[in-house]
Amino acid sequence: MPELSDFGNDPFWLVCLKTLGVFVILVVLVLFTIWAERRVVARMQMRIGPNRTGPFGLLQSLMDGFKLALKEEIIPVTAHRAVYWLAPLLSAITAFAAFAVIPFGPEVSIFGVITPLQLTDFPQSVLYVLAVASIGIYGLVLAGWSSGSTYPLLGGLRSSAQMISYEISMGLSFVAVFLYAGSMSTSQIVSSQQSLWFAVLLAPSFVIYVTAMVGETNRAPFDLPEAESELVGGFHTEYSSLKFAMFFLAEYINMVTVSSIATTLFLGGWMAPWPLSLIPGINSGWLPMLWWLAKTMLFIYLFIWLRGTLPRLRYDQFMAFGWRVLIPVSLLWIVLVSGLRAIREEMGDTSNTMLAVGAIILAVLLGLLLLATMRRTRVREPDIVEPTGPLSPQAGTFPVPPLPGQTFEYTPRSRQPVAGATTSGSQEEPDA
Amino acid sequence: MSMSVIVAAASEGSTGEQFTFWTCAILSVIGALGLVLSRKTVHSALFTALTMLNLAVLYIANDAPFLGLVQVIVYTGAVMMLFLFVLMLVGVDSSDSLIETLKGQRLIAVLLLAGFAVLLILTLGTALTGTQSVGLVAANEEFGGNVQGLAHLMFTTYLLPLEVVAALLITAALGALVLAHRDRWTPKLDQEALSRLRMERYAETGAHPGPLPNPGVLATSNAIGTPALLPDGSPSELSVPPPLRGESRSRLAAETTEIDADVTEVREIAEGKETMRPKALRDVDGHTDLAEVYPEEKGD
Repeated sequence: MPELSDFGNDPFWLVCLKTLGVFVILVVLVLFTIWAERRVVARMQMRIGPNRTGPFGLLQSLMDGFKLALKEEIIPVTAHRAVYWLAPLLSAITAFAAFAVIPFGPEVSIFGVITPLQLTDFPQSVLYVLAVASIGIYGLVLAGWSSGSTYPLLGGLRSSAQMISYEISMGLSFVAVFLYAGSMSTSQIVSSQQSLWFAVLLAPSFVIYVTAMVGETNRAPFDLPEAESELVGGFHTEYSSLKFAMFFLAEYINMVTVSSIATTLFLGGWMAPWPLSLIPGINSGWLPMLWWLAKTMLFIYLFIWLRGTLPRLRYDQFMAFGWRVLIPVSLLWIVLVSGLRAIREEMGDTSNTMLAVGAIILAVLLGLLLLATMRRTRVREPDIVEPTGPLSPQAGTFPVPPLPGQTFEYTPRSRQPVAGATTSGSQEEPDA
Repeated sequence: MSMSVIVAAASEGSTGEQFTFWTCAILSVIGALGLVLSRKTVHSALFTALTMLNLAVLYIANDAPFLGLVQVIVYTGAVMMLFLFVLMLVGVDSSDSLIETLKGQRLIAVLLLAGFAVLLILTLGTALTGTQSVGLVAANEEFGGNVQGLAHLMFTTYLLPLEVVAALLITAALGALVLAHRDRWTPKLDQEALSRLRMERYAETGAHPGPLPNPGVLATSNAIGTPALLPDGSPSELSVPPPLRGESRSRLAAETTEIDADVTEVREIAEGKETMRPKALRDVDGHTDLAEVYPEEKGD
């Protein structure tokens, strides 16, 4: 297990090498993720997906990238040039930068230097990821504003509101992890999950994080900033060519980043999953990178699965969910966790008492839930008035076909009723 | 490396430290000046963000990483973003008006500035002369880390100020909510009520209850202001978006004649009576004269 003091001792060439490594891993992962998304969604929709370029169509996203970069660039006349240039750069740079503190594996020997498989780490590195992500939001908002066009502006505003709201619950979901790990550094959080993953120990935090991470990356079903049916393309409507490619890249890198944060904080990072972890020596050397990759891919698959399954939420429902459900639940959970920790530290091991108290609290909560559902079932009876009598087509309503039990008064123009045109057979047949 | 070398390096500042300081210092001053001097409010907000980021880097370089990161998350990421949010909602291009609406604000500003300067000088003076500095490294090590040390101070020595500030912030947030809140006196119109209203309006005034017809897409123009043509050939005013309606009302007749002229022209071209060269150009770069667009044919 790498300690915090193991970081920051690398020679300069190794730092460059690691940076290059992170960059290459990210770009390759992005290309793979785009391909995987298209193939998996295609399979879910009974299609085949890209299968022409390279084996299984694996080179498709690479070729698409080339094509995108070589396309004609159109900058709107109304765009604010400087900010318009800055926005995609901000998005892409912050997306890459966030990956600096993700641990890929334990200490290995690179050209004779023993070093952890992680670019860098420091006592507050998880906060660093949050900080970089919050700068990344600027890219989206500024893109929306600088395009000088309405739809991008609306998309940018939506994305800023959405990401700020969901960053709160994301940050709150980290608190329990910090409490149990006793550290905010990614490598130390991984080491503290040796016996039990935080996804099991702190399941509510995990669920909150996974929900918030989908909102944070603007992915379906929370992809409101780029809701095609409402906002054309959202904040990047007016972007084309390489600048659009930057946003595209940033979106997929962010997906990989939040997935690997989830892996690091909740699924034990690069450590092998349970039955495999019993094999001695499995968590050393270069092999753990494989476990890291597998877990990250699992989350990316979850993203794709969600996109293939769920329809987009309405904006107000989405915000209400974030502010009225996720944040209060996270706050309650934090109070509960820190309360339990405090009790345990003050009074020693009191497992039985705590279990009893927990059972009482659970019973009370269940009772409240039951009460709430019972209250909700008392629905107001809808006051539907059954229409009867003759129906005049112009009497206060738009002309509609008669309901069952209604008769139809014919206007002088329609002399002959069409057979089967009305559901009621009781009306008077006008003379032919 | 011996201890004396470290001490010497710390007192003079290593190359990296110097580089960081001068870069961030210059950038944050540029940001501060830009905040005051920009005409556009959004640019001001961006310059503020630049200053905040550079200050955060300086905090981190000065062994206060927690402060630096929280500065970015809270101030740059949330507070400044909300500012931007409001600025963008208020107007994409709204520049500040230069008329002063607050009476005597300059005088008050100068007084406040003087008060602030006195406070700043006093605090800095006490900090520089009166207080014995142990250094951040020693202070951080006392409780096992920067975050732990901050937490210890916040929840012991400064617990009361912390709670007071928290109460103040919550009061401010609630106050803003109360001020911005407006009670609804009438029931909210749902989909059903709205549809009933539409039907009533149709019955009373004959106003069309359905969706409006799409704008027309004609041979001369596919602009949104082009009216759709009804089956009898007359333009439908309902198909034009309301903001364009007033202007287009007077243009409708002209449009129809132009369309007729175009149709005749196309027909003539198809029948071979006419060459493909346009007779009149309405919209080529704002030129209406053919001679301006085709200068080489001036002699004809």
